[in-house]
This record gives sequence, structure tokens and C-alpha cells, in this order.
Amino acid sequence: MIALNSRIPDGSIDKKWINFKSSCKLVSPANKMKLDVIVVGTGLAGASAAASLGELGYNVKVFCYQDSPRRAHSIAAQGGINAAKNYQNDGDSIYRLFLDTLKGGDYRSREANVYRLAEVSNLIIDHCVAQGVPFARDYAGYLDNRSFGGAQVSRTFYARGQTGQQLLLGAYSSLNRQIKEGKVKLYQRRDVLNIVIVNGRARGVIVRNLVTGEIERYSAHAVVLATGGYGNVYFLSTNAMGSNASVIWQAYKKGSLFANPCFTQIHPTCIPVHGDYQSKLTLMSESLRNDGRIWVPKKIEDARKLQRGEIKASDIPEEDRDYYLERRYPAFGNLVPRDIASRAAKERCDAGFGVNNTGLAVFLDFSDSIKRLGKEEIERRYGNLFQMYEKITNENPYETPMMIYPAVHYTMGGLWVDYHLMTNIPGLFAIGECNFSDHGANRLGASALMQGLADGYFILPYTIGNYLADIVKEPRIDTNTAEFEEANKEVNEKINRLMSVNGKEPVDFFHKKLGKIMWDNVGMSRTEDGLNEAIKIIREIKTEFWKNVKIPGKINEYNAELEKAWRVADFIELGELIAIDALHRKESCGGHFREESQTEDGEAKRNDEEFAYVAAWEYKGENKNPELHKEELIYKEVQLVQRNYK
Amino acid sequence: MNFTLKIWRQANPKDKGRFETYKIENISPDASFLEMLDILNEKLILEGKDPVAFDHDCREGICGMCSLYINGRPHGPDDDITTCQLHMRKFKDGETITIEPWRAAAFPVIKDLIVDRSAFDKILQAGGFISVNTGSAPDANSIPIPADVVEEAMDAAACIGCGACVAACKNSSAMLFVAAKVSHLALLPQGKIEAAKRVKAMIAKMDELGFGSCTNTGACEAECPKNISISHIARLNREFLSANIKES
Repeated sequence: MIALNSRIPDGSIDKKWINFKSSCKLVSPANKMKLDVIVVGTGLAGASAAASLGELGYNVKVFCYQDSPRRAHSIAAQGGINAAKNYQNDGDSIYRLFLDTLKGGDYRSREANVYRLAEVSNLIIDHCVAQGVPFARDYAGYLDNRSFGGAQVSRTFYARGQTGQQLLLGAYSSLNRQIKEGKVKLYQRRDVLNIVIVNGRARGVIVRNLVTGEIERYSAHAVVLATGGYGNVYFLSTNAMGSNASVIWQAYKKGSLFANPCFTQIHPTCIPVHGDYQSKLTLMSESLRNDGRIWVPKKIEDARKLQRGEIKASDIPEEDRDYYLERRYPAFGNLVPRDIASRAAKERCDAGFGVNNTGLAVFLDFSDSIKRLGKEEIERRYGNLFQMYEKITNENPYETPMMIYPAVHYTMGGLWVDYHLMTNIPGLFAIGECNFSDHGANRLGASALMQGLADGYFILPYTIGNYLADIVKEPRIDTNTAEFEEANKEVNEKINRLMSVNGKEPVDFFHKKLGKIMWDNVGMSRTEDGLNEAIKIIREIKTEFWKNVKIPGKINEYNAELEKAWRVADFIELGELIAIDALHRKESCGGHFREESQTEDGEAKRNDEEFAYVAAWEYKGENKNPELHKEELIYKEVQLVQRNYK
Repeated sequence: MNFTLKIWRQANPKDKGRFETYKIENISPDASFLEMLDILNEKLILEGKDPVAFDHDCREGICGMCSLYINGRPHGPDDDITTCQLHMRKFKDGETITIEPWRAAAFPVIKDLIVDRSAFDKILQAGGFISVNTGSAPDANSIPIPADVVEEAMDAAACIGCGACVAACKNSSAMLFVAAKVSHLALLPQGKIEAAKRVKAMIAKMDELGFGSCTNTGACEAECPKNISISHIARLNREFLSANIKES
């Protein structure tokens, strides 16, 4: 029986992290030199953790599937990073950032974790500026801020529409410095496929070299997973093509609990789907909602004419436009949290008011802002986003409103971790998007970058030291032990099994099928019947996949289809767990909307009596139902209320 | 739309490599270039043939992973974009499209259209950073930096490390890539302290790795998907010169 211990320190909310830091165990510089840490993934969380651990004196091995750490998908984050600096003098504070994040997450995250996140947010901005991140500044040379969804203050720091890129390049530069110092060893073009557990502790990984196809083994004193989210379960998402859940899924199968898998975020402002050959969806930053107004026609006949291409947006007079977010949520308007904005778009499109040929799009209109601020200022703020939009759609957003529709973007769920960011397997840590810890049922904009860097720069370096202090006497282990042999064998067997199916359909065929049922039945709106149907269909897809997938090429060579097949095999199983979790959670909260649980005016209705807990699932074996463990969420700082952005 | 594709196929680094020709039909003008290659690969897999290997990841023009030399241009016939942002509407129906990997001694081919760009990582490891440890930074607003200086640093920092500049250059020079990082950091007060050491280390590494010399043709700037200006190369040269003068 697994007992969940979140290890939250004693003390008032503002003293917990301070108490932890002043009482945690330390590792001396001489001992750090004897300790090895594996970090999987080089996005904001992985790169910042690897660099910081190297600076501390640990020996770090860092892995990424791309050809360079700089390409991890954090690079694509556009809008910004939150911090409670209160440089704008508009009433912000650590406490307010904590409250906004907790409320934005619809009260399904841990108070202590969220408070700590807000507490270290300011340090991140200081460090990134020192690294040379060129955040936007005002004309006096001080840092500028913009506002983001779910907040009434301006606390978001940004570097044009490329904030993720600049923060990742900052972390990558620190990583490069440690590589030069010899404290970090980089392994690129590698897929980590298994975790090695020795005497109950995570002690190594099994890796496929993507260039040669060789299987390699690496050992360490602790393993840190920083592999990002699992949005690609839905096939079409804003994730990178290679973003995958295979390592965290392997951790789950080895005994790590998987928490809140059904908390997936559908982002409201993406470029709409245009064809069945489409490979991915492109996000248009939430920051656009600062200056863009979202609308559809008031009259259904105008919508029908737009759908048939008979009229343009500019043909519809102001009084016939329905700025539905401003109408429904006057206090926050276009800046309501993402889950609310997405559902509102779906509601209008389902009612027939969609504005493109598929009927699945709404307008994001900048004409008022261009009139108010001038085209030049809009270009300065969003130039690269407008250019990106034009290249994809062949339409000029300075002249015609953008068309947008929600798309899968981020996953709040992930491996269960305690306050130390350690999973229930000792020595196995999970940081950044791949853990479940800070965003509850919905993540606010500009908080992903904050969490990734908080975990990597300022939290893990302390908590992992506390763990390693207990095992400083453990020697390095050889990779020829029985545990490594066994883990290696598991990988070989799965690869051989995949290659020997030799069926008729390519990997994408199954991935698209999975994506369709996930989007239709486990997407923005979920029902009991729909989820039961999804579970049944996903099981059929799994059976069919293992009978009929066709993978060309060989094992011992570069083989992109084999990489994909491994990932999709895991996505299918994870898809089922998402549906199981969504089925069990008979309430609506954040990104999880159960049609059975809504208020009279269609807002999400939480059920705090029954569901104020973290659902942590335990793997019980192939084709067996997972077991649910509950971590009760205890709120001392806030009273649980229905979110109100009206 | 229908196309004839001439694609470079090379099984591994030792293989000599050759062009092979493929026909592809019924492609939507709204499909991206890489989606067109996805469709080709699906067809090849179903025919029992080896799909074309190419690098790609974010498919939104920011990770820098995609790297195709299309009809004689890095990232193909459109300006200010990466290959993944190129759409088939930029081609004529029935056109023959030639697709090659980046060609540069410092970027050896791994397979088909995939090259090894780890030389770029090595140049940045030599000095493309500010030596600040986590935890030691002062308050972010303690050093005001004029907005125009930051904007210029940001122009340079926008480099995605794709290698189009090297592929476009007849000498396979990496000067624009190196200049972008040197310029980004040298413009900012935080980066000035190590500027001399940085520029010398990065240039030495660049030369060691077999990149060619810059002869100011401007091909790199013309093909850079992020529009990075060769004025940064002028700043690189100035930084390098002054670093050497300081030493002597």
C-alpha cells in the first residue's frame, strides 16, 4: 500500500519554504564531487536544473532527444513570465500572485507549493536579467510588464513574443558554461526509455542513441525527469512533434503515481485546423488578448454568410458584433483564464456562430487597438506573432481580424511529487510540466515559464541536496548489475515487439485515431457516456496498433518511425488513463468540464465536498485497472468559492 | 497541386549519396512544406520503402531544428521564415523541387537531409554566456538599460541556431551565428565584463571547427529566417580587434 506523504514543512504559509531551507540537510563540496545526477530533458526546467546542479559541484549527465539542448519546446513559449515584483506599483505582492495562481487553478493545487512558486518568482527575473535575457524595457531603461489572463495587475515580464526562447537561451548558456567547466556532460539525440531502480531507489537510465540505434546505460545517485507535458496524446496540439510522455509513462509503470491526468489545458487562441494532413497547431500568444477583442456575429445569418465566404468581417457593423467575453465577464473581459475563454468560444461555435468555412473559429480583432495605439506600437508588441500568422494563413492581421480556435496546449497533470519535487520512488524527481504540482486544474498564462525555472534554479537544487545528503556514502554503481541488465532487456523486448508486428498501417494512422477520440470525447467538454465510449475505443486502438502497425527500417540505425511508434504506444495507454481519471472526477473544475456538473448559466461547477483532492493513480499491470490514491487538499489561506470573473 | 521532388538520399555519413526522384500529387496549397514531406513519407512507408529522414520539431519557426536547402535556398523560396513555415502555395503547380541537406564541412550529413550541427553548441560552450551563478544576481532593475540598446540586443538574440547562414555562405562561414551571440551579450552592461575573453574564445573555436572565413557577401543576412543583420558582424570584428589590442 502506497502512503502519500506530501512532506509539507511546518509553519505559516510564508514561513514553510524558509523553514525548509534553514533546516534541510546539506552536502559538503567534497561530497558533491562524488555524486552524480541524471537530468532528462533540456527545456526550462531541465536546463536550469542541470546548470544549477553543475554550479553546485555535482556531476551531471543531461539528455535530450533533439540535436541541441536549445531546441526543447520551452523555446516556443511566447507571451511572458510572471513575477510578483510590483514594479508597476499596482498592488501586486507574493501573496496576490499566490492567490491568483491558486484561484486560476480552480483550487485543485497545494497551497504550500503555489506559495513557494510565487515566493521564488522574483529571484527568477533577477537571475535571468543577470544572464543577459533582453526583457522589454521602458524608455527610462526599467523593466516593462504586460497583463495576462486571470490577473488584474501587470506582472508579466516579456521579450517581444519570444519570451520562452530568450529564457531558454539563458538557461542553455548557463548549461554551456557548466559543460565547458566539465561539470555537465551532454548527451543529445538520445531517447531515455527506461529507469533503473536499485534497492528501491532510482539509480540510472536506459537510453537509445537515435543516430546509431544503440542502447546505452547510465548510472547516477538520482534521476531528475524534466520531459515536459503529454499534450501530444491528442495528436494535434501546440507541442513540438517530438514532445512525448514516454519517460514519465515508464516511471508510472515502475511505480510512480500519475496525478490528475485529466487536467489538460485547451488554449483559446490558436490558429484553426485547416486540413486532415495537418501535423500540428500553432499558438497565438495569450498576450494578444491584451489588445485584441474577441467576437463573433450577433446574427446567425451573418455567421452563415461568413462560413460560405460571402462576406468579410469588415462587412459586419459594430452593433452586430457580439464581444461575448466582454458581455459574459465584464470584470475580466477578454482576459479571463484560458479554460473559460476556450469553453466560451466552443459554446458560440457549437451554437452556429463560427466565422470560417469549418464553423470552428472566432475573430480576434486588433482594429480598435491599432486606432488607439498606432500600427507601429502593435508591431513592436506583437510583430513576430503577426508575421507568423500571416505566413501560415496568408492573411494580414493588421488589415483583417485574426481567426482563432482552441487547441490542446499544456497538461497540468503529471507525475505525483511531494513538496521536495520527488516522486514516490526515492531518488526519482520530476520538475516542470511533467509533474502535477503547481497549476491545479488550470494553468494561468505566463506561469509555465515561472514554474519550470522555479523548479530548476531555486527549488530542486535545495531539495535534491536534502535527499543526496543521506546517500553520500553510496558508491557509484556499475551498469552491468542485474537491475541494469533487466531494464535493458525490457527495452530490447519492446523494440523487438514493435518491429515484429510488421502490419499494414503507419504509426500516424493510429496516432490520428487516438487524437480524434481524445479531442471529441476527452477534450473541452466531457460526459459519462462519452468517456466510457472513449475508453472502449482507446482499448480497441491499442489492440489494433499491436496487430497492425508498420515500422520500416531497422533497429540499429536512425529510424524516426521507430521513435514515433514507441511514443505512440505509450500515448495510447496514457490516453486511457486520462479518460479514466476524467470519468471518475464527477465535477467540473478548471480545464476539466463535465457537462453533468454546470451552473444554470453554463459555468463550471466544482464539487469541493467530494473532489477536493489530488487523484494519484497507481499502475497495477497490463490491461488492469489502475488504483486510485487520494491526497486531500487542505486550504488554510483561502475559502473555497466558485471562481467568478464576472 | 502536383510536384516532382528531387531529394538527396544518403544512408549514413559514409555513403556517397545521390538524388532520387519522387512524384507527389493532390497536395493542398495550404499544406506546409514539411506536411508535404509527411505525405510523401507515408506513401513510401506503405510502399515498403525507406522514408526520407529530415530534422524538425516545433513546426512553428522557433526551435531551429528544420534545415532544408530547397531549390538552392536555405529554408526555400520565401523570406524571413524557416522551412516548417514554408507553405506549398509558394510553389507553382507541376514544379520540380530540389531538396538537399545543409552543405558545410563543419555540418557532416547523418542521414538523408539530417546534418550534425553540434559544432554550433561547441562554439557557444567556448564562451557564449555570462558567468553568473544561480542565486548571486542583484535586483533586476538595479541596472537600467536604455530601451534601444535592449532592442538591438534582442535583434541579435533572436538567432535560432538553425545554420542557414552557414549553408548560404560560399565559404561556409559561421560569422553571423557567432556575431549574433557576441553582439547580444556585448551590448548589455552585464555582458561587457567578459566581452574580450568571450569573443576570443568563440572565434578560436569557430576556426578550429572548420568553418570558413567571411568575405562580406551578405548571403547569410539575406537567408537568415530571423532577419539578423550583418551589422552584428561589424560589431564582432570590432570586439575581436579591441580584445586583441587590449592584450598586446
